[in-house]
Amino acid sequence: MTEDIRALSAQYAADPSSLIFLRLAEALRLRGQTDAASKVAVQGLTRYPHLPDAHDLYARILADQQDYANAFDEWDTVLRLVPQHIGAHKGIGFLYYRAGDPDRALYHLRVAAELDPTDSGLRLAVERVAGGGEIWDVPMPGAPPERVARTAPISEGSDPFAGLDGARDRLLLVDAGGLRLGGGLVTPSGRDVSDDASAVLAGTTFEAGRAARMLELGEWTHLTIEGAELSACVLKPTSDTSLLAAMDAGLPAGQLAFLAERAAKTARAWLERVR
Amino acid sequence: MSDYAPLLDALTRLRGIRGAMVVTLGDGLPVAESLMGGVKGTALAAMAATLASRSADLAARGGLGAPRFLHLQSSDGSLLVAPAAPDLVLVAIAGRDVPLGLLRLEMLRMAERMG
Repeated sequence: MTEDIRALSAQYAADPSSLIFLRLAEALRLRGQTDAASKVAVQGLTRYPHLPDAHDLYARILADQQDYANAFDEWDTVLRLVPQHIGAHKGIGFLYYRAGDPDRALYHLRVAAELDPTDSGLRLAVERVAGGGEIWDVPMPGAPPERVARTAPISEGSDPFAGLDGARDRLLLVDAGGLRLGGGLVTPSGRDVSDDASAVLAGTTFEAGRAARMLELGEWTHLTIEGAELSACVLKPTSDTSLLAAMDAGLPAGQLAFLAERAAKTARAWLERVR
Repeated sequence: MSDYAPLLDALTRLRGIRGAMVVTLGDGLPVAESLMGGVKGTALAAMAATLASRSADLAARGGLGAPRFLHLQSSDGSLLVAPAAPDLVLVAIAGRDVPLGLLRLEMLRMAERMG
């Protein structure tokens, strides 16, 4: 049963800094008013950026709006804050199932079911994904390497940045889970840091998007990081990928942004071909 | 607060700047601020610190070296962050059509003075 939205709105208006926003946004979500729910949740997250339940709530709203990539990022944030958060495991399990990845879906749903053994619906979901009740006799497997960067096989001729300067050492393309799709990153001293950078690149673009949203700056286009050794321009060629373009420090930022835009265009064309 | 006030006031006098703050990097707390009406200081501090931390992590893992300046460009404005004294960052939020080159130079100069 949904709560009285009018009463919750009045309480929220009287004390905008209280946690009542969680109940109000949830009530709006359950009523199907996802735009209003989203607005309230974002306002709450602005005040409480480290509150796991606020991220979980926002993720459910995004999932209702079928914005699955951002919902995944929000639930991923919850698990970084609280690795045993039931709602986040359920949510990510649902998203993996929807994306056709039953192994990872099953892992997260089982974790959630073991954290809350009284949830019969969840147990049923686990059995449905596993294909039967025998799953409970199988020991719980370890976590699949979803947030560990690894290199996707790139066959000759399928490099997303083929033909561009720095295709193998200054341009990097990853998916939302930190999986390297192509390119590479090598430091000026010759160290290959592609996998290290891949592991955190998607998280950085997620934070860039969240900052732009929360600060009402509109749609973000790119993030430039000037480092002592290299400067990097980070952007999203598509909603579910992140790209990093690097250049020697001290070169004009405009030149870097141009290079990044051109690489993003090439990556988009490559993604359309291979997907 | 008063130590940084003249620096922040000078920054917000530049055309198109909606606010400037000094923020702790670790927990995103405002140390000093000069904000125009409508700019939410706590949100700006929290978001800038989080983005700066993530970017520093990427810079460390990606071999970029110590971050000197961050610029988040969006359709309706920009967020700019310059690491300053240890655990402090200088933050500015700007609208569209702002001379970002001049702003960047000013922020780098101020960050150096703060350090």
